[in-house]
Amino acid sequence: MSTPGRIDQQGDRLQIVGNWVLAHYRDLRDQVRQSARKGGVGTVSLEGLEDLDTAGAALLVELLGAARVEALASEADYLPRERQALLETVARAMGATRPPDAPPWRPIHDFLAGTGERVEALWHQQRMLMGFIGMTLVTILHLLPRPHRWRLTALVAHLHQTGFNAVPIVALLTFLVGAVVAFLGATVLEEFGATIYTVDLVAYSFLREFGVLLAAILLAGRTASAFTAQIGSMKANEEIDAIRTQGLSPMELLVVPRVMAMMFTLPLLTFIGMMSGIMGGAVVCNLSLDIPFNQFFAILERDIPLQHFLVGMAKAPVFAFLIAVIGCLEGFKVDGSAQSVGEHTTSSVVQSIFIVILMDALAALFFMEMGW
Amino acid sequence: MTDDPGRQAPLIRVRGLQNRFGSLVVHEGLDLDIRRGEILGVVGGSGTGKSVLLRSIVGLMRPSAGCIEVFGKDLQNLPEQERSQLERRFGVLFQGGALFTSLNLQENIALPLMEHADLSRKDAEYLARIKLALAGLPGEAALKYPAELSGGMVKRAALARALALDPEVLFLDEPTAGLDPIGAAAFDRLIMTLRDALGLSVFLVTHDLDTLYTSCDRVAVISQRKVLVADRLEVVENTDDEWIRDYFHGPRGRAARKAADVLENR
Repeated sequence: MSTPGRIDQQGDRLQIVGNWVLAHYRDLRDQVRQSARKGGVGTVSLEGLEDLDTAGAALLVELLGAARVEALASEADYLPRERQALLETVARAMGATRPPDAPPWRPIHDFLAGTGERVEALWHQQRMLMGFIGMTLVTILHLLPRPHRWRLTALVAHLHQTGFNAVPIVALLTFLVGAVVAFLGATVLEEFGATIYTVDLVAYSFLREFGVLLAAILLAGRTASAFTAQIGSMKANEEIDAIRTQGLSPMELLVVPRVMAMMFTLPLLTFIGMMSGIMGGAVVCNLSLDIPFNQFFAILERDIPLQHFLVGMAKAPVFAFLIAVIGCLEGFKVDGSAQSVGEHTTSSVVQSIFIVILMDALAALFFMEMGW
Repeated sequence: MTDDPGRQAPLIRVRGLQNRFGSLVVHEGLDLDIRRGEILGVVGGSGTGKSVLLRSIVGLMRPSAGCIEVFGKDLQNLPEQERSQLERRFGVLFQGGALFTSLNLQENIALPLMEHADLSRKDAEYLARIKLALAGLPGEAALKYPAELSGGMVKRAALARALALDPEVLFLDEPTAGLDPIGAAAFDRLIMTLRDALGLSVFLVTHDLDTLYTSCDRVAVISQRKVLVADRLEVVENTDDEWIRDYFHGPRGRAARKAADVLENR
């Protein structure tokens, strides 16, 4: 490692000595600051200068001023030609540029402005979502009577990705939650000697709520994020613009197949979730409550009307539509940066889970009032 | 420029390089030297592996066989630490700029300075602004994000980042692609100025004939999986090979040479 350079000052004569390189930047900068405080520079000599790079040259410019260094470099014939050129180039670049003004620090102002911006963004976001839902519906209605424009290949590909590939995870999770609900029911109902109602508990909760809710939340995490990332990186890569300039519609090409695929898959996955949750309950009933399978299903058949199943299934296409639309819209909102892809992916998952739970609560109120 | 670069030991020596992707052989027995202080232009048709060669030399890709000596050391057999030390003496300008999109320009350039030169953020950003000025960007560009820049400004900013650690060798992957002719000519001049001022050696992958005629000291032609010829432009031009003839003596090649002659006679 080389030794740092020095500024030798004798009277008003400055001698720049040694290595002026990036490796010694801190040391040199402190010397420059000290020397600048003393002020009053007469003659300057660069004869002792050894190594020099842009960082060192920048410090010399800071010490002596751009004009001075440029003049010095052109006079200093004892320096190698590339040294002279380096000093001149740096001096010229630094003389021509002015550092940008740092934004002033105003905490209260910034806080209020930030709050306002966020509220406005929220409002803007809701309007945009409404508009996008409208556009999607119009496009779907426009395409319905025109089967030759249906994108069957894209639809099947998305069915495979969002539906088929999600079957194992949906089945496993609902099975486990079904077992947990059965355990909870058994613990609470045992005090009343009513453990047999565990069957009803599991069946009611999975048919009406948990089947569809768990499947929807899983797809919100799994698929809404994928939609956002796919469309977002296409946007960043100007692929969406390319689609538009070719006279094609991104809505028709990208959004409709995804939305339709979701609307097919979520009801199917909901069905799988319901069955697998009830199986989880049945296994627990069989193993720890001594309710054999045939009795479990006999109670199921006797006590549970079909309408609960229909109530659960009816919610699935609505949730599917909202999840897919939010996922796609967030994708379109991505701008060039990698960070923006990440932000919008997060946002699409949070929004779609939020809206699924909100809609589920509203639906529960509605169905209760209707007595369904 | 040094008096006779031929006599010095080359800065980078590539010997017997082989690169293959599955059954596709890109390079086979490729030899190339990069000498101190020269601008070496690397040309070749699309898909001849110019970028692959660049990636092998800077260590982004492990070649299938062959040896790459950098500053007299074999890059592949060095321990991680030493290798990282060596790689710090490289500056790379990627084809698309590859600026970090989540950072503004001065942060983009300050990042390697803070990580490697152990500078405080303030010092690093100050130096970053100087590098931006060296690359010919105005002061107010420092706070902009890459998405807000034009193509030419992205190239300049990427060059400033490649220069951040005062490298000895600069690798440029098609620096003038996508620039307008005026911007491209200015970029060529900038590279030459910086080469003279900072004593850089430059490895320049390009398709731009004007760049070859105005700024390159030597030109290496990659064809048939190896370097066909690497020499001064006058020698390369007159090499007896079909591709080289088409390349340099086609309509664009002739126009570029004429333009370069006019510039020289002025």
